[in-house]
Parts: sequence; structure tokens; C-alpha cells
Amino acid sequence: MAKVATREAYGKALAQYGADERIIVLDADLSKSTKTDTFRQVYPERHFNMGIAEGNLMCVAAGLASTGKVVFASTFAIFASERACEQIRNSICYPKLNVKVAATHAGLTVGEDGASHQCVEDLGVMRSLPNMVVLSPCDEIETNRAIKAAIEHDGPVYIRLGRLAVEAVHDPDNFEFEIGKGIEVREGNDVTLVATGLMVQESLAAAKILEENGINARVIDMHTIKPVDKDILVKAAKETGFVVTVEEHNIVGGLGSAVCEALSENYPCRVLRIGVEDKFGKSGTPAALLEKYGLNAEAIAKKTMEAMKKK
Amino acid sequence: MDKQKALELKKTATRIRKHIIEQVFSAKSGHPGGSLSCTDILTVLYFDEMRVNPKDPRWADRDRFVLSKGHCAPALYATIALKGFLPEEDLKTFRKIDSYLEGHPSMSYVPGVDMSTGSLGQGISTAVGMALAGKIDNKDYRVYSILGDGELQEGQVWEAAMAAAHYKLDNLTAFVDYNGLQIDGNITDVMNPEPIADKFKAFGWNVIVVEDGHDHAEIKAAIEKAKTVKGQPTMCVCHCIKGKGVSFMENDYSWHGTAPNQEQRDKAIAELDEYLAGLEA
Ligand SMILES: Cc1ncc(C[n+]2csc(CCOP(=O)(O)OP(=O)(O)O)c2C)c(N)n1
Ligand SMILES: [Mg+2]
Repeated sequence: MAKVATREAYGKALAQYGADERIIVLDADLSKSTKTDTFRQVYPERHFNMGIAEGNLMCVAAGLASTGKVVFASTFAIFASERACEQIRNSICYPKLNVKVAATHAGLTVGEDGASHQCVEDLGVMRSLPNMVVLSPCDEIETNRAIKAAIEHDGPVYIRLGRLAVEAVHDPDNFEFEIGKGIEVREGNDVTLVATGLMVQESLAAAKILEENGINARVIDMHTIKPVDKDILVKAAKETGFVVTVEEHNIVGGLGSAVCEALSENYPCRVLRIGVEDKFGKSGTPAALLEKYGLNAEAIAKKTMEAMKKK
Repeated sequence: MDKQKALELKKTATRIRKHIIEQVFSAKSGHPGGSLSCTDILTVLYFDEMRVNPKDPRWADRDRFVLSKGHCAPALYATIALKGFLPEEDLKTFRKIDSYLEGHPSMSYVPGVDMSTGSLGQGISTAVGMALAGKIDNKDYRVYSILGDGELQEGQVWEAAMAAAHYKLDNLTAFVDYNGLQIDGNITDVMNPEPIADKFKAFGWNVIVVEDGHDHAEIKAAIEKAKTVKGQPTMCVCHCIKGKGVSFMENDYSWHGTAPNQEQRDKAIAELDEYLAGLEA
């Protein structure tokens, strides 16, 4: 099957669900990159370019939402979650308005644009805002359903999307998505890899390498970072005894932190956090970056095995 | 400007343009349009104005430059390479995994880069900070910055404009690369920032309109004029052509962030070489 970027899936989903006249889409001079352009082609009268002005964009979204609109506010993750962070906090989250911040170009796989554009802090920042739901889908169908769920959810949602085309993980004909419910995508009882976004694909590939080394890894697609699925984590901790989190994000604040919080309060268990080790990114191809930062399948398998030896 | 100097600057600008094309081509990504657009401003600044020392990039008394529209890093890297801050051959490593030449300028890695930029609207504020420090420390260095016209849509630009006028930063001279285009199209269609010159005037700036932002003598004259103004920062609103110097890139926003393929690269380099040969003849 052809690879599809989650930003691409987002644009298509907006066009697909766009008949709902409450939906308004805002962009900040990046509509061809964020793919809100796909929605504009079908519903030009409900797409507004706000120019290069992300702080204003978020508050305009809040005002629109206060009248009953469902607003998708899109730009790159770095500008959405960090430049316009306080606007999101005070004008969207505090009044619990129906704004869906759909942020593309998250993570290192932005590639050559480099550190200034590679957002590896958004999950942590957005997760710490009261009333915010944080989603991080891994493939086309999951993105489609995440967008649908975001429309149905009453309140703010942050959706983390990627630039890079990725393989499908889920079977589109047999897929159920519920906010806050992680999905076991591979069975196993020796260790659990809890991954999000395109690290789900890398973790599944890592699980194959682990299998060749006699280790049977469970893999969980944690598409909702907040509220995080405690039940699936506790079950994994009980049954496999060791949890590894894998994210294209700083190991501080994101999925790894959410998993540690849930487990330490409910079923303390050893956790290894794999992610960007509290550093900035840099320019390079996505593949070269995943290798350099130790986030490809080989690195995930290696780090997991090393940690298991120390157990 | 004497003839010899004028000719030298034209040659330098053309060499910078060639390096822009080569960097973006070898990286297979980057921003040729806006880089070619601001090349002549950078040329005049670094080769006919700024007090800098490539042997001592962090010299405390140097003039400073902030590329507020940081996506035009290829233009800045080529300029400071020709000036002697870094080896010209390093330019081809632009945007590669083991290179120090990041997609957007980083002051931590690149000698001659005075501020890390890439997030639009922030650079001009940092330039205000540098100019304010010059006043605090009683130093005579000057601070320069280039903004995009789309960048003016960021509210922060106007916060910076207010602060610069409030603190009477006459040691700050900024340039708007007024090429009329941003990513999604014409600036007036996306989010109209006009009237640009009047807005800066209203914010308390001395404003100079540079009718041809590719005319080195006119750019130099604006810089000289700015130095005579007391108590006000100066904004030079420079009419520029996005993609200037490469015929098929000129005035076409699709070249904002697209790299040329081999054939396009060859055509661009041939055009620039021909122009350079004409200058050298
Ligand atoms: C805060 C921020 N928002 C969005 C972007 C993405 N972006 C990069 S260049 C650009 C368009 C800039 O247009 P303009 O300022 O006119 O630059 P130029 O035409 O000189 O290239 C945008 C939106 C960014 N770098 N920073
Ligand atoms: Mg422009």
C-alpha cells in the first residue's frame, strides 16, 4: 500500500467531514503544507487564511467557536503549540471552546528545515493544559478517525500530525478508534513497547528484530496522550513487567512522562523512555535524523535489549 | 558610488546568487525565491557597509546583522562565506545531517551569524535588543536586519517597531524585502499588510522607500541617510523581485520553498554565469 503522511490524511478527512457547516478552517500561510488546501478546494467559503500570525489565529478561532462553530486551527506544530501556547491556554482551554488545533510537521521528520522547525515539545506543552485532549495518530485511517472524534468531542483537542509519508498500521476495514483507548497492535509477553505517531511503525519493526533475538514484544499504539489509557498500561506492566515508551519527542514531558505518571500511581513498574534526549533537532533527511537520534527500529531494539539485560 | 565599486558589488551579488542555487540544489530543499530577493541588500551590507572582522566573528564592537526572515539562510551563508567567515566549499553541505549549516541560521554553529532565526517575527525583536545594548554600553556599532513583507503579518513585528521607536534606537536600520509574495500567494490576497511605509511612519520610524531593492547605489544611499537620523530607527522599504536574477524564478511564489532539479539548476547557473561573464568582459 502507498505510504501516506498523516497531514495528507488530515486534509482528506477535513474534506470528507466538511459538509458539517459548523466546521471552519483557519490556516497561517501554510495551507499547501498543512493540507487544509484540500478542504479549501471543496469548501472555499469556510476556509480562512489568517496570514503569518499564529497568536491572532488561535484567538480568532476561539471567538468563532464561542458562537457555536467547530474550528480547525492549523499551522506547523512549533508555531501552534509553542508560539501560540498562551493564546491556546487562556482563550481556548480555559473557556473550554471547540477549537481543534491540528498541528502538522511535528517531530524530527520535518527533516531539512532543521531545529527551528522541529517541534519535539508539543505533547508535553499541550498535555499540561487543563481541558486539552491530545491526540497523536500514526497512520491514515487513524488520523481520519481522530479527526472525526475531534469533531464529535465537545472541547479543545490538539492533534499532532507529521510531514513524512508513512505505512499503514491499521486495517481500514476493521478499525475502531476511541479517544483515551490505546490499541494493542502486536501481542507479546516479554516487554511492552508503547509508541505514538510514526514511532508505532518503527516499534513494530523493532519488535521483529527483538523476535529474532528471542524476545516477544507487545506493541501498543498510544494514539491518545491525554487522557492516557491507564488500563492498557497497567495490564501491560502486570503481564510483561517492563515498559518501553517510544516517541518522536523529547523524553521530558511527552508520552514517556505520561506513561511514567500513570504507572507510578497505579502499578509501579520499570520504564525506559526512548525519544529525543532533551536536545534540539537538526537538518537532515528524516531517515538520517531517526538514525542520529536513535529512533529507528534498530536503535529501539538495541536499547530495549540492553535495558532488559540490566533487569 | 564609483564605477569600480559598483562593478565589484554586482559581481559579488551574482556569485552569491550562484551559491544560493547550488546550496538549494544540493540540499534538494530550501528557499531560493526569498534568498535571491534579498541578495543585493546583503551584498551592500557586508561588502560596502558593515564593520565586521571574519577573523574575529564575535568582536564586541562589530556591526550586527539579524536575518529576521531566517528561511533565506542560503543568501546569508553565501554572503558570509564570500566575506571569509567560512569556507566556500562548506556551502554544499547545507541542510545535510553532518553539516553545521542548518536549514535556518544558528548562531551556535555558524561563525558570522549573529542571531539564530527561522521563526518569523522574532529576529527583529532580537535586533532591537542588540541596538538597546549598544545604547546602554555607549558603543557605536550599528544593527541591521532584513524582514519579509509576509513576515510583517506577525504582531510581534509591530511590538518590536513600537519598542525601537520608544527607545529612540537610531543605531538600528531595518529592511523590508518588499517582494509582494509569501507562501500561499500575494501578500495582499493572503493578509494585506499595506500600507507598509505609512505603518512604520505611524510607529515612529524614519522610513525610506528604496524604489529598486536591487540597485546597490540606492541601497547604499538609504543606509547612509539612516546614519544621519537622530532619535529614530530607520526602515528601508525595498521594492524587490522574488527570485531575482533567475528568469524563471522571478515573481513566481511557487519558487518560495522549492529546489530546482538538475535541468533547472543548469539553466539558472548558465544565466548567472552569462551575466557574470558580461560583467567581467
Ligand atoms: C512564525 C512562523 N510562521 C510560519 C513560518 C513558515 N514560513 C516560512 S517562510 C514563510 C513566508 C514568508 O514570506 P515573506 O516574509 O514574504 O518572505 P519572502 O517572500 O522574503 O521569502 C512562512 C509562512 C515561519 N517560518 N515562522
Ligand atoms: Mg515576501
